[in-house]
Amino acid sequence: MHAIEVRQLVRKFGDFVAVAGIDFDVHQGEVFGFLGPNGAGKSTTINMLCTMLRPTAGTAVINGHDVSKRPDGVRQSIGIIFQDASLDDRLTGLENLQFHAMLYDVRRDLFARRSAELLAMVDLTDKAGEQIRTYSGGMKRRLEIARGLLHHPKVLFLDEPTIGLDPQTRRHIWQYLLKLRQQEGVTMFMTTHYMDEAEHCDRIAIIDHGKIVALDTPPNLKALVGGDIISMRTSDNKAATARLKSVRQLDTRPGPDGQVIVETTDGDRFIPQLIDVLASAAPAISVQSINLSRPTLEDVFIKLTGHTIRVSEADATQPLRQMARMWRGGARR
Amino acid sequence: MLRRNLKGAYTIWYRDVIRFARDRVRMLAALGQPLLYLFVFGTGLAPAMSTATNGALDFRQFMFPGILAMAVLFTAIFSAISIVWDREFGFLKEVMVAPVSRTAVALGKVAGGATVAMFQGVIVLLLAPVVGVKLTAGQVAMLIGLMLLLATVMTSLGIVIAVRQRTMEGFQMMMNFLMMPMFFLSGAFFPLRGVPLWLAWLSRIDPVTYGVDALRQQTLRHSVPAGLLGTLALHPIRTDVLVMIGLSIAFVIPAVWLFGRQE
Repeated sequence: MHAIEVRQLVRKFGDFVAVAGIDFDVHQGEVFGFLGPNGAGKSTTINMLCTMLRPTAGTAVINGHDVSKRPDGVRQSIGIIFQDASLDDRLTGLENLQFHAMLYDVRRDLFARRSAELLAMVDLTDKAGEQIRTYSGGMKRRLEIARGLLHHPKVLFLDEPTIGLDPQTRRHIWQYLLKLRQQEGVTMFMTTHYMDEAEHCDRIAIIDHGKIVALDTPPNLKALVGGDIISMRTSDNKAATARLKSVRQLDTRPGPDGQVIVETTDGDRFIPQLIDVLASAAPAISVQSINLSRPTLEDVFIKLTGHTIRVSEADATQPLRQMARMWRGGARR
Repeated sequence: MLRRNLKGAYTIWYRDVIRFARDRVRMLAALGQPLLYLFVFGTGLAPAMSTATNGALDFRQFMFPGILAMAVLFTAIFSAISIVWDREFGFLKEVMVAPVSRTAVALGKVAGGATVAMFQGVIVLLLAPVVGVKLTAGQVAMLIGLMLLLATVMTSLGIVIAVRQRTMEGFQMMMNFLMMPMFFLSGAFFPLRGVPLWLAWLSRIDPVTYGVDALRQQTLRHSVPAGLLGTLALHPIRTDVLVMIGLSIAFVIPAVWLFGRQE
């Protein structure tokens, strides 16, 4: 059984087709990345998988439970870390966790142990007794991560888990997520805009205009764009070019600053051979500098969707929310 | 499954109560408006009212049950409206993806709003001695029950309205076209005996009327002569209670249904 099985999943809003029939499986214990430009259908998909939106057609099965037929089973199996804060800002950190434990029916003794562990892990033990409104953005996100894990979910959904956080916090959260997978074998389904984070994924699906345009491991996706690029400086570029052509049937091209460029697959393994081939020529050609560059996921993304991936415009609503918050503060409820 | 849902409903209720207990400012602010009505409005109109009843009725005493109803009505509707805030600030998501049925969540919300509104009513009830209303322990217990019932009707109605709203913009509209008319038509400020037929009919379809009527009869039992109280009453308390029970059922059902249907 796969952790997630999606077949011909469709969601329409009126005439607009947000998700146009997608298929994929996520294996148990896998970290699965879901990438796409804004408005490509990422959030709609994640909301359907979390039972927040009803599919228009098709099926999605999470941990053996169909999202349409057994939403309760799905909800019991999943944890969600939302893109926007979903904490109660008038409750303390610990109360938010407690509230979650009550909703998910976590046993009291288990809660005491687990919440202490999780708070320590996200470095919020000292802040647990304070109301959420005194927390910074990073602290809120860390608490949400702790909360999402409180009930031992089988599948964890992370919608932009580190957006808007500083690099140190991002790294911290990732260390924690990877540790979690190792220890508990939690399956993770995540969306992100950070390409360096996408590298942590075992497999990545790229969605555009409601359709999955590619699904593979990061190295295989990069291979779609082209091979690795080796640029080097040698004692005799002309001889090096001829030697590579005759021995390895490799085409080279001249690069900037008197460099020679070779395109290949598996560049890291090829470099030692390349040096050997050149050194064994008569007279020997010495390599003075060598540089390997590989296509990035960003390149893959641009090639497949035609856009660079943008950091979501979540921040655009921030002033509005701020205003709303003030309004609420002044109003009697 | 049932146990889990009961626990879920309890959790939602518990959150509303904690939030209320924690928000001292809101509690005090909610006292401001009743005080204003009671002492400025009430004192201003007292002489005219006193003349009309040959000095038998203190207008502030007459208004006091209306002010109780007002505290309950406003707090209940505001509690229901907090659904819109919870949606706006994401907290509703946390609840909606939890393995608790939507019915349990909606019922927990009704219970939470009703409890909080009742508490607010109890706070206003503390002003009773100030306007010379004498209450026995038994009366207070009855009043708490009545306020809880009125609060249930109003919270359910509030949820029916709030569940469709995506922003707070509609709120002012609702305030002007629903809450204030309901309050004014309820007989909180003036006796509904001898009013024109249209007004009598409008107040008859106003749920708050039955709450005010029951609260008035119960509150003033020992403070106003029975004969005078009889002329102020519209229905027997039993009728008021039955109507409110009927209305709470009539509003809770669509509240739960609409809450479960939202995406």
